[in-house]
Amino acid sequence: MNGAKLREKIAFTVLGFVTLLVILPILLILYYVISRGWGAMSWEFLTQNPRNGMKEGGIFPALVGTILLVIGTMAFSLPLGILSAIYLVEYARDNLFTRMIKLSVVNLSGIPSIVYGLFGFTVFVVFLHFGASILAGSLTLAIMSLPVIITSTKEALEAVPMSYREISLSLGATRWQTIRYCVLPYAIPGILTGTVLSLSRAAGETAPILFTVAAFYLPHLPRSVFDQVMALPYHLYVISTQVPNVPEKFSFGTGLVLIALVCLMNVVSIVLRAHFRKKKQW
Amino acid sequence: MNRKWTETVIEAAIRLSGFLLIAFVFLIFLFLLKDSLSLFRVYPFFDFIAGTKWLPISEPPSFGIVPLVMGSFMVTAGAIAICVPIGVAAALYIAEIAPGFLKTILKSLIEVLASIPSVVLGFIGIVWLGPFVKNLFHLRTGMCGLTGVFLLAFMALPTIITISEDALASVPRMYKEAAYGLGATKWQALWRIVLPAASSGIMAAIMLGIGRVIGETMVVMMVTGNAPVIPTSLLQPLRTLTATIAGEMGEAVSGSDHYYALFAVGLVLFIITFILNFTAERFLRRTRR
Repeated sequence: MNGAKLREKIAFTVLGFVTLLVILPILLILYYVISRGWGAMSWEFLTQNPRNGMKEGGIFPALVGTILLVIGTMAFSLPLGILSAIYLVEYARDNLFTRMIKLSVVNLSGIPSIVYGLFGFTVFVVFLHFGASILAGSLTLAIMSLPVIITSTKEALEAVPMSYREISLSLGATRWQTIRYCVLPYAIPGILTGTVLSLSRAAGETAPILFTVAAFYLPHLPRSVFDQVMALPYHLYVISTQVPNVPEKFSFGTGLVLIALVCLMNVVSIVLRAHFRKKKQW
Repeated sequence: MNRKWTETVIEAAIRLSGFLLIAFVFLIFLFLLKDSLSLFRVYPFFDFIAGTKWLPISEPPSFGIVPLVMGSFMVTAGAIAICVPIGVAAALYIAEIAPGFLKTILKSLIEVLASIPSVVLGFIGIVWLGPFVKNLFHLRTGMCGLTGVFLLAFMALPTIITISEDALASVPRMYKEAAYGLGATKWQALWRIVLPAASSGIMAAIMLGIGRVIGETMVVMMVTGNAPVIPTSLLQPLRTLTATIAGEMGEAVSGSDHYYALFAVGLVLFIITFILNFTAERFLRRTRR
């Protein structure tokens, strides 16, 4: 074996080892959370209110709160995200306005989540008088999830062959008819994948909901969109830092449910992608 | 006629949503600026930006953000120093060396890491990594900068790995083939040809990684000890810009100087990440060309 070959062997071994160094902690953390949190899993844990200063009972209101927030986020971010991606791909010319939209998407994706929290607080909670509420929290999370939805919708739309549009237009269809019947149907898988992914991020976020919706302890379900709710990530923060002597399995159990929820959404997005990809033919 | 009307409405909605995106960025900036200016009317801007003491509830209060900026800077520098070499190495392995099946598994695991909520990692930091760091360095508390550095480095890995991997994959095959044709080994081609060719994409990955680390809130708030003093070592408790907002907003009286000072901190964060993302975008555009 000559020197260059030997060096290659060493380099590849080192790279493989470093990759292992990245992967191992991920598996370790998953194992750690699952093994410690499994003991807390029970029907009661998922369906009961927290009791006795959150040291007993379950996480029902937090689970429901997080699901409501995800639905609220989707209600705002999905239409807005898809429409603006359609604008960028199908309508926009290369001018200053378009460049500014693209720059805005880039910057929205980089703004720290806590700054979204501040913005949501000052605009939705204070300025628009929504108060700390599902509405304010959903709007804040929705603006935060826009970049991912827009980017994936854009990619999905761009992947639809140009000839589809040309044929439709040549048959006398209008621009919107073309988009509606010849472009969107083929872009749906990409759009869904991106949407579910961004919603799973929103479900796990804590900083943006700190001052816009999350309740420390609220053992009943909300009655309207102007009510506060508990949320899983904030609940985990609360019981692991703010409340002393919460049994360890409760914190791990909450973490496990949160990870499971997020992973479930990811799996759904992967399955959707695979399902539609089979049907797609060009 | 009816169809034409629908068409007009929908096109208007599409244009409006494009406009709304720009509006959001402007609104975020304007609302942060508005509340920050309320602070600078009563508290000198220079004392804010260069002050070395953050004592928001003492009398008179002091809103110097140097300790917070230093806290953010130290954890970010530490995290980036760890995760850039590891991330780029892992990206090289995943993009160029790993066989097909392994590649799929590795990529999905990286996606799993990207989706673990930060509050869960913060919790892991409290129950496991913190005590580990404490025992390792014989500290009084494990809630210090270093614990935050490890977790932040870990969190930034998916960003660094995926973007570097894209950059490596977008290097034209011809480059590698030309190197092989000249008798280079696979490693020589990777190290001397592919990696330099992907350098501007990797720079973008680093920029976005820095943005991710600087903006992270829950992890640093939970594990770095929250002491707003100028840190001299990563083994001390420290506090970042983000954790200050998250930790103090709940107590700050609405409309007080303290309240406005937190918006000013938010404005500083907004400007830092704006610059980082703008630069990263420049690097990325160079890669695409």
